[in-house]
Amino acid sequence: MIRIQTEDFDTGAEIKNLVSGKGSIGGVCSFIGLVRDFSGTEPNGESITSMTLEHYPGMTEKQLEKIETQARQRWDLIETLIIHRVGKLMPTEQIVLVATAAAHRDAAFESAKFIMDFLKTEAPFWKKELGSNGAKWVEAKQSDSAKIKTWENK
Amino acid sequence: MKILYFAWLKEKTSLAEEDLPMPCGVSTVAGLMDYLKSRGGGFSDAFADTAMVRVAVNMEHVQVSHPLSDSDEVAFFPPVTGG
Repeated sequence: MIRIQTEDFDTGAEIKNLVSGKGSIGGVCSFIGLVRDFSGTEPNGESITSMTLEHYPGMTEKQLEKIETQARQRWDLIETLIIHRVGKLMPTEQIVLVATAAAHRDAAFESAKFIMDFLKTEAPFWKKELGSNGAKWVEAKQSDSAKIKTWENK
Repeated sequence: MKILYFAWLKEKTSLAEEDLPMPCGVSTVAGLMDYLKSRGGGFSDAFADTAMVRVAVNMEHVQVSHPLSDSDEVAFFPPVTGG
């Protein structure tokens, strides 16, 4: 399931709902992405006061569905959930939830990473940070594209 | 065709979307980018470094060599940064 929304989500309630009544699920793996209070990769970077997430409605859902389908083809998954927020977010707020449920843990762990890695490079979202030095668009990381390459060789 | 702009491309062009008849002589994404750049002002600024611009046609990521037709929805945006 895929949801794009401005409002926050309750991870506990989402996972409870995801596994409800499905006795074949033996494990759930979840990843939650949060808004950091600093810019860049180092904690001593510029401090962030807010972040605004823009997306391409329609294409976002299409790309996430494609990633979800690829994950289901690669692993034996019983349920998958992707929730991504858009709009203005403050540091420490939740941005994204990816949860995968399978009979055994390896499929759940690996597929959650796979979905996040592809979401980072394929799903049309853009972050704009507002910090002490003004507003700026976050630049894509080379390391994110490199992670995709590692999946192609597995 | 319908053209959409996102993130800093939207800011530089001061445009979120526009409807445009297929410009004369344009047959690929690269050709359309050259045409838009030739408008000058914010458009030449937005397309100054096309290596920084990503493209989707009908909501699928494509290369700049991708062919275009008049019924296409074309979107220009920077490399994505979600998650």
